[in-house]
Amino acid sequence: MSDASFDPTLTDTQEAQFGDYFALLKPRVMTLVVFTAFVGLLAAPVSVHPFLGFCAVLFIALGGGASGALNMWYDSDIDAVMKRTAKRPIPAGKVTREEALAFGLTLSVFAVVFLGLATNWLAAGLLAFTIFFYVVVYTMWLKRLTPQNIVIGGAAGAFPPMIGWAAATGEISTASVLMFCLTFLWTPPHFWALALFVRMDYDNATVPMLTVTHGRRATRNHILVYTVLLAIFAIGLGFTQVGGPVYLATAVVLNALFLKGAVDIWRRDEAASEADNFKVEKSFFKLSLLYLFAHFGAILVDAGLTRFGVL
Amino acid sequence: MAITKEHELHKRRRSRNVGLGLTLGAFIAIVFGMTMVKVSSGDFAMRPTENSTVIDSGGSPDGD
Repeated sequence: MSDASFDPTLTDTQEAQFGDYFALLKPRVMTLVVFTAFVGLLAAPVSVHPFLGFCAVLFIALGGGASGALNMWYDSDIDAVMKRTAKRPIPAGKVTREEALAFGLTLSVFAVVFLGLATNWLAAGLLAFTIFFYVVVYTMWLKRLTPQNIVIGGAAGAFPPMIGWAAATGEISTASVLMFCLTFLWTPPHFWALALFVRMDYDNATVPMLTVTHGRRATRNHILVYTVLLAIFAIGLGFTQVGGPVYLATAVVLNALFLKGAVDIWRRDEAASEADNFKVEKSFFKLSLLYLFAHFGAILVDAGLTRFGVL
Repeated sequence: MAITKEHELHKRRRSRNVGLGLTLGAFIAIVFGMTMVKVSSGDFAMRPTENSTVIDSGGSPDGD
């Protein structure tokens, strides 16, 4: 009798540890998923049992993590040739592709079924669609085909607040759709600003990036267009049921600053950017991190103030 | 080899085994917690119409 899983040739550094399986879930991306899903759940005008709310956020996070594992399974070939991703569990030889596929599929089914059991089947359906969209539409189909891949990938990352809202209310509403739009329209300017000042090796992996396929001038134009659209939807969200004075004040100030940053990027050329080492692009990127956190944080504050009868 | 002896393989896979154990424990706690919340909030209670049909008809839904 032999133990098929025992391979004495494997060394300590090659064999997968628990942390390697956790790394398949893309924990850094998961933090955004957890935060926005939590806001969507708490901003809903329906109170949810705290334990079921905790379970809902956990299962949404696990669903997001499962799609990350499936993304790593499919993209292991390009992960291996890019410096940023070469140390991921599959290219590092810690986890096999088959293991990542089985792990991702199992976790996907588990997360969807348990979200349905804990809350409702609309939320579970939205989570299933998010996983499908990220893995099949983005990763397998469009990521290697179009330089708009960032926009499409951003859509998948924008679903969690909508799922959180559906978990609480059992519905899709204008407010939840606008929360989706907030992350969806924020992703392109956030990422393309980074692409302007960080040299990425997507070329080696034959993934089309806007900065390369259409040039840096077109990228600056795109940043401005998406920022204008983002401002419209972000301020519009303030007039729905999740909006309040804190959100509106935050949205007006941050969108004014973000628009100014986008206009500054649009007005600059490469020579000006290189002269000051991409100062404007870097500060726009830093602002984008604060932008999303502050918007969802403000929704949370308004929801808290409403719940405690202050508003 | 005695089954009690710790092999080098056990040390190597310790984090995986401990992690899996804790995950399974958390899974049990979550299922138990969800069940308690659902039962106590009446999610699994029988609908009044189902009860009343049996009681009101005197045992037969047709009233025979």
